[in-house]
Amino acid sequence: MGPEYEATADQHHVDDHDHHGAPSGIKRWLFSTNHKDIGTMYLVFSLLMFFVGGAMIMIVRAELFQPGLQFVDPAFFNQMTTMHALVMVFGAIMPAFVGLANWMIPMMVGAPDMALPRMNNWSFWLLPVGFTFLIATLFMPGGAPAAGWTMYPPLVLQTGDAFPFLVFAIHILGASSIMGAINIIVTIMNMRAPTMTLLKMPLFVWTWFITAFLLLAAMPVFAGAVTMLLFDQFFGAHFFNAAGGGDPVMFQHIFWFFGHPEVYIMILPAFGIVSEIIPTFARKPLFGYNSMVYATASIAVLSFIVWAHHMFTVGMPLAGQLFFMFSTMLIAVPTGVKVFNWIATMWRGSMTFETPMLFSLAFVFLFTIGGFSGLMLAITPVDFQYHDTYFVVAHFHYVLVPGSLFGIMAGVYYWLPKWTGHIVDEKLAKMHFWLSAIFVNITFFPQHFLGLAGMPRRIPDYSTQFADFNMMSSLGAFGFGLSQLLFVYIVYQTVKGGKKASSEVWDNPVGLEWTVPSPAPYHTFETAPEVR
Amino acid sequence: MTNSSGIRLAGKITTLLALMTIAPAAVADMVLNLRRGVTDISQTVYELHMLILWVCVVIAIVVFGVMIVSIILHRRSRGAEAADFSHSTKAELIWTIIPVIILVWMAVPAAKTLVVMEDFRDSEMTIKVTGYQWRWHYAYLGTEVDFFSSLARSSNIARQVRSGVDPFSVDNYLLDVDKPMVVPVDTKIRLLITANDVIHSWWMPSFAVKKDAIPGFINEIWFKANETGTYRGQCAELCGRGHGFMPIVVDVLSKQDYAAWIDAKDGGETVAMVDSTTAAEAPAVAEELSGEKLYNISCSACHQVNGQGLPPAFPSLVDSAMVKGPVAKHIDIVMNGRVGTAMIGFSTQLGDAELAAIINYERNAWGLNGGDTVQASDIAAAR
Repeated sequence: MGPEYEATADQHHVDDHDHHGAPSGIKRWLFSTNHKDIGTMYLVFSLLMFFVGGAMIMIVRAELFQPGLQFVDPAFFNQMTTMHALVMVFGAIMPAFVGLANWMIPMMVGAPDMALPRMNNWSFWLLPVGFTFLIATLFMPGGAPAAGWTMYPPLVLQTGDAFPFLVFAIHILGASSIMGAINIIVTIMNMRAPTMTLLKMPLFVWTWFITAFLLLAAMPVFAGAVTMLLFDQFFGAHFFNAAGGGDPVMFQHIFWFFGHPEVYIMILPAFGIVSEIIPTFARKPLFGYNSMVYATASIAVLSFIVWAHHMFTVGMPLAGQLFFMFSTMLIAVPTGVKVFNWIATMWRGSMTFETPMLFSLAFVFLFTIGGFSGLMLAITPVDFQYHDTYFVVAHFHYVLVPGSLFGIMAGVYYWLPKWTGHIVDEKLAKMHFWLSAIFVNITFFPQHFLGLAGMPRRIPDYSTQFADFNMMSSLGAFGFGLSQLLFVYIVYQTVKGGKKASSEVWDNPVGLEWTVPSPAPYHTFETAPEVR
Repeated sequence: MTNSSGIRLAGKITTLLALMTIAPAAVADMVLNLRRGVTDISQTVYELHMLILWVCVVIAIVVFGVMIVSIILHRRSRGAEAADFSHSTKAELIWTIIPVIILVWMAVPAAKTLVVMEDFRDSEMTIKVTGYQWRWHYAYLGTEVDFFSSLARSSNIARQVRSGVDPFSVDNYLLDVDKPMVVPVDTKIRLLITANDVIHSWWMPSFAVKKDAIPGFINEIWFKANETGTYRGQCAELCGRGHGFMPIVVDVLSKQDYAAWIDAKDGGETVAMVDSTTAAEAPAVAEELSGEKLYNISCSACHQVNGQGLPPAFPSLVDSAMVKGPVAKHIDIVMNGRVGTAMIGFSTQLGDAELAAIINYERNAWGLNGGDTVQASDIAAAR
């Protein structure tokens, strides 16, 4: 094995000199240090996890289709909601953004590759390892984790044999994220083309740069929190056990100190993507570039001082509740600035509505709706009524599905021709868009009503007054799930063939990635480009 | 035109009426909005909710309106030429400052309401609320009255997996309990909230109160109901397998009725799970003392109807050394629970005869043949 690896390394070295293409076979992927290949692996992995997490929620929505327990035991139901969230957050959304970063950041800043290519390989290959542990918990005595993705003690300590695997999986995924973040920061700091000053960087690069710092600050906190759980469970540490002098609420503070930045980790890169796409299809430069950067940075800073708005009902002192209410409301300001800037970018443009633009417009519409419900949730006295109901479920799915996920979809449709060299079948892609956009609303909009009417979240069965909207929501979810099969087909079709894409692909897009041929050669920008 | 729309409207109304006759509960209960509730606080909260909802609606109309106009007018297919402006300090200042003003304007009434909510002074009575997996316990401080409040039997039967019972045929499905909390109207009532095992959350939408029940800590809330009636809520914090099945019901009585209720309960209350509120139910209750039925109410949520449990969190009783071993240990664990596990002690929840019936059932069901007969007196001796 050793010598063989040496030989490969040598071979690779030679390849580099000759500017050859990709090495062939399994080694191309297993030992890859190429940002494009690793980006592809991230994206494929996240698509796979998207369907795993999606299948889990199909079980949940089938059980909630009508009142009464028809299919699963409540314990299994709780495992499904918990695993759905963990898989979607850590397996689908985050890796998809890292995949996009891998593919696009070096090409956008005019770098030949990521700054730390071997660490790049390592941070990807940790993901399948972590998820093997996590998914394996489904088959362990006591079943998968069922205490919610928030893992509040003492409930989470009732997890069966799965418990240490859950903690270990999070450690591994956290390590992967931290390495990814370091790589992105180092790449952006050191590998930019000399003429690309910070305030010339594309917005996607900027938002990822800021996201990477959030990851760096938040993930270790999360790792610490689950480690404390591990110590409580196996070594009698009593961090979160009141009987031993600990405090169960302390876990919630630590968790949400990670958890709130985490929600921005999942949305800021999407802000970046739509900030690339809207100017292209409005044929107008992005409005308020500088204020976009400052708004992103202020959202990032604020995200560290609002965490306790997730836990207004734990019995905080009045001063604490007031502080977290005000700081949370404040986030609406920079977020508003972003939305206004996108609309001002469209204003008096010359718009066309290709699929990436459609997803971006739906993003602006529907993310804003999620923002409105977020503002409502910030108002503490009213939050007591909304907290832990379907209103919250509707809120965060509006920011995560037509927010983060649509952002990712928009990005994929925007850059897929650059990756594959083939034009996407617009007709099918538009069909995918409309199906997704309609079903996502049928799924999540009625959940606002359910929450206001008093349906708690995370329940496997409900009172009959909630029946109609639940049925509607389930039908929407089935439709949304099925529509995503179309996405897989479209991607497959585009990879396999289709009309040749020019290097610009779209109508006069701005950015270095459009100056290289489509598909992008295996190595790009070995000499730094000139940026105006 | 007028005629056909009139016909359509009539058609709609007929459908609605038809629906209301078929499923009156479903249509009448089809709630879209937060409820106003029956306390001053809940009214204020409702108004705050409506205020911010309308603020959001107005902002949405403006923002989405501009966006839609732009999408319609500024499209290439209409021959729109792209302008090339890319910033305007004036516009950016305006859309930073206006939201700040709106936020401050909303923050003031919100803060005021919060201050009132946190003012526990002058409460007239106190009830201690304890969350268990998966039932509530209410103790009226200063009296002898305390009792467990569990999911009503009719809901509990219907909610079993593939029970065959139509939830629509059950009154207040999953929102009914055997024994509700009873409080007087027009009285400031303070609740001290804690939990015995994991975190729960006591939520009564009609009072606009929700507070987590945290083991080892005591939280406070208060409410003052302005109207008599029965109000329903649910546990709002994921607390395990039975999270969806521990509803909260509060009966608000007139002051006289409440006085009569508390007098009848105080001193005369037995801490039995199965309570009869009406004479007609009494015979049925006596029958319920069979171990199997009691086991299915109190134990099967974890240990399952077939006794197999959900290992490792909830061990099987069928292969249990404890169940097959000496009866004293069995009695001890059922009564006092097992520290560090989800197994709570049932000595305060059940009477002697009921505990004995359950233990006898466990030792002789599912093909086991313990043969022991635990008497109520054995339990009394162990207390």
